[in-house]
Amino acid sequence: MPKRDYTNGLPDPAELKEELLKKYPRKVAKKRAKSMVTNNPAESKEILANVRTVPGIITQRGCTYAGCKGVVLGPTRDIINLVHGPIGCSFYAWLTRRNQTRAMEGDPNFITYAFSTDMQDENIVFGGEKKLKEAIREAFENFHPTSIGIFSTCPVGLIGDDVHSVARDMKAELGINIFGFSCEGYRGVSQSAGHHIANNGIFKHVVGNEDRERTGKYQVNLLGEYNIGGDAFEIEALFEEIGVTLISTYSGNSTVESFAYSHTADLNMVMCHRSINYIAEMMEEKYGIPWFKVNFIGAESTAKSLRKMAEYFGDSEMIAKVEEVIAREMLKVKAVAEAVKPKVEGKLAMMFVGGSRAHHYQDLFRELGVKTVSAGYEFAHRDDYEGREVIPSIKIDADTRNIEDLVVTKDDTRYREDLAEKKAKLEESGYEFKDYKGMMPDMQKNALVIDDVNHWETEKLIEFYKPDIFCAGIKEKYVVQKYGVPLKQLHSYDYGGPYAAFGGAINFYKEMERMLATDVWKLVDAPWKHEPEIVGCVTVDA
Amino acid sequence: MLLRHTTTEIKERKALTVNPAKTCQPVGAMYAALGVHGCLPHSHGSQGCCSYHRSALTRHYKEPVMAATSSFTEGSSVFGGQANLLQAIDNIFTIYEPEIIAVHSTCLSETIGDDLGQIVAKAKDDGKVPEGKHVVQAATPSYVGSHVTGYANMLEAFVKYFSFNTNEKIRQVNMLSGWVEPSDMRELKRMAGLMDLKTVLLPDTSDVLDTPMTGKYTMYPKGGTTVEEITSMGNSMATVAMGDFATRKAAIMLDNKCKVPFKMVDIPIGLKATDRFVQAMALAGKVSVPDVLTEERGRLVDVITDMHQYFYGKRVALYGDPDNLLPLIEFLVDIDMKPVYVVSGTPGKAFSKKALEILAEKVPEAKVQNGASADMYLLHQWIKQEGVDLIMGNTYGKYISRDEGIPFVRTGFPIVDRIGHSYFPTVGYTGGIRILERILGALMDKIDATAPEESFELVM
Ligand code: SF4
Ligand code: SF4
Repeated sequence: MPKRDYTNGLPDPAELKEELLKKYPRKVAKKRAKSMVTNNPAESKEILANVRTVPGIITQRGCTYAGCKGVVLGPTRDIINLVHGPIGCSFYAWLTRRNQTRAMEGDPNFITYAFSTDMQDENIVFGGEKKLKEAIREAFENFHPTSIGIFSTCPVGLIGDDVHSVARDMKAELGINIFGFSCEGYRGVSQSAGHHIANNGIFKHVVGNEDRERTGKYQVNLLGEYNIGGDAFEIEALFEEIGVTLISTYSGNSTVESFAYSHTADLNMVMCHRSINYIAEMMEEKYGIPWFKVNFIGAESTAKSLRKMAEYFGDSEMIAKVEEVIAREMLKVKAVAEAVKPKVEGKLAMMFVGGSRAHHYQDLFRELGVKTVSAGYEFAHRDDYEGREVIPSIKIDADTRNIEDLVVTKDDTRYREDLAEKKAKLEESGYEFKDYKGMMPDMQKNALVIDDVNHWETEKLIEFYKPDIFCAGIKEKYVVQKYGVPLKQLHSYDYGGPYAAFGGAINFYKEMERMLATDVWKLVDAPWKHEPEIVGCVTVDA
Repeated sequence: MLLRHTTTEIKERKALTVNPAKTCQPVGAMYAALGVHGCLPHSHGSQGCCSYHRSALTRHYKEPVMAATSSFTEGSSVFGGQANLLQAIDNIFTIYEPEIIAVHSTCLSETIGDDLGQIVAKAKDDGKVPEGKHVVQAATPSYVGSHVTGYANMLEAFVKYFSFNTNEKIRQVNMLSGWVEPSDMRELKRMAGLMDLKTVLLPDTSDVLDTPMTGKYTMYPKGGTTVEEITSMGNSMATVAMGDFATRKAAIMLDNKCKVPFKMVDIPIGLKATDRFVQAMALAGKVSVPDVLTEERGRLVDVITDMHQYFYGKRVALYGDPDNLLPLIEFLVDIDMKPVYVVSGTPGKAFSKKALEILAEKVPEAKVQNGASADMYLLHQWIKQEGVDLIMGNTYGKYISRDEGIPFVRTGFPIVDRIGHSYFPTVGYTGGIRILERILGALMDKIDATAPEESFELVM
């Protein structure tokens, strides 16, 4: 099948949608139809997201535990993340998420270790609390950590182990910070529930534990940046040059120690809205720290985010410095973009990944003139598609109710009235806080937006659009590549990166040049495929 | 230091596992099921397990790994997962159209007490299983055994479901393979072919997890043992089962159900285990060993004798799965290396006992531990107490290798940072040469990287 013509915009995917749905049993089709939206940036359309995957569907999604332990707490190096459950859950989350971290010599770093209670038959039958306590003691004696997090996997809730009371007891016994997470895999519809549970746990048990003296004139936290492939290092370097003190990152290259005093920041900047907006909200309610959305994926977005930060602080020196850095970096960025763009412009991309990257990476592709024809998230909510203004109208279902909504009240002694005032003043002049508009307004008309895409749909999408590049995760990688379409992993970056900030943008452009302008995919057919004259013969000289 | 908290001092642990040398049952069940043609593995539990197992296998094989999940909710965890599985079976046959669904359980469904057999029977009664299609099920609770146990349980389930003795003896030998790579399975078939034997290999992941690039994706690749083949195993002359932990159950099932006698051998890794495999095959199939195989054997022995000086006395630390470790340490002992430390997370006293028997005479100082707390943390502590010249095991060993500056040969599951295991076998005589080649490569690379300039050698 030849490629479609996209010169006058994207084709209406109605026929594709019909084909996708035709295959499903009626009830499944009805549900899936609501999670497929033909985009129109000019009008708001509702998408069904953050709902259960239908049993039997081959989904990209993982579990609540993966979101809690793997995503949010995994990148933090000075905590022992003890997985309470049978061995597998701990084994699979061991170093597989590629969070880079820079621990100074002598500093604790437990990221390279996997800790598990390795529950056995008898623990399932008679309960595992005793074993858990003993494991905590052993972890303490062997490793002397200052904090231990306990992560519950599926069987734990069912057999009635109370990890929170174990945590309290052991905290009293050992005198270090110990806290539990009820993040059993079945708790939510995806990793997303785990993010929320992790946010709650950190907020409850860590944030605000230490009122450290200020160390910089302008103090910020970066939220929802997990330092895959060194992304956070790129951003850290920018902040340092600009004169902003990064107090804590949630949670790339981070420590629990820094979470404890992260309430001393003057501003929270949110990268991955999905996984971390809860902490941003709670910190604002309790400590008065304003937050806004930033994006350091894409050179233009990086510049925009830096400018917004400088404007927030309103320091003319910082504003000048930001402009100087942008001007300098953009020169380098543009040079590479100009070299790469002619080779990749007009190519087609699709991305189905995560809870923010499917949006963020469209910026990078746009800078190269690559069109995103279809995209969706693996575990996002409606607000990540349609913008935060839909939050009040999101239906609260049983799965959402499952997750505790922390009641947060103002901390009278530590609440930053000055910041609240600053925010109010800025808002008057049109400056936006809590400002996530979602993915859909940024996408082209007729782009097909699909939530929780599955294997069947992936196959059909590839056949229909014939994309030049597909972005997803490890489970999709080799399926898509068998079709002759290169796949870029946007969870692990295929062990490349960093792709954040200006330096990252340059890396990404070069990576796209490698992937989109190569001839390796043309090696697939053997030369004799098109030479029917090569035929076998039984005699020697015929 | 990557593993900066690992101490030389060993404190006894009863409850805490650190850096495990095993993983959970379902991933083994999934791998075994992929070795059956037209089969879609199905994970009955929450979707996280399935996602993790698919990811683990994908990272190891760099190939598509398909499996479905029952996507449990909080509700299914309380009331049981029957509705989920029934719906899943219906959806899978409608949407993904496999010949077989191979259902395995997870910790969650086992803890709840879901009865897979009963649910599958209900699916059939409800007409959710189309004519001529199959649903096979295996219980694979991860709080028992390890990934190897899951593999064993799934194999057993396949022969239990499909194999029949129809009283027409066929001149055929069954090969039940322990957990090895697609390349190894291909090699097992090649060797059997050299012996002029008609065989059925179960499972067979060659042409499933090493498929060629064609520009087309096929959900059910051409490889895998077919239903007809598994069925016919009930009429075979005998079964040769490789690896006690992974295949004994299925071998016994074939014996009990179809009266096909079996011979247990090790996975043919190294010289003597391959000798025993070849002999067992020859006996089972009533054929003599062809000269080509004797010549292959001779080439392996030639490498051993020629390179002996580099192997002699070298201390080796190993971790991995029982069925693979036993013949491997036997091989190392045969070439005069010293497997001084051996750990496996897979429980079962038989392993330590056998390993110590192999080591008793030539490496009496060896330490062997398996089961609870037999993990890579312990292995690393042993290494810190007294060093080794070589580490052999899955990818996770690279952290110890780098911290301690010890040469490292990857073997076992998972290997996620190198390729090769899918393509180049380590079973059989030729596979033995590959093992030696890689050991030598690792040892010599270190010598070349660290030798003083004046003693830097050109020739080996
Ligand atoms: S819950 Fe059990 S089956 Fe699932 S990953 Fe964990 S150990 Fe494995
Ligand atoms: S058992 Fe539960 S927590 Fe563990 S991987 Fe499976 S779904 Fe996740």
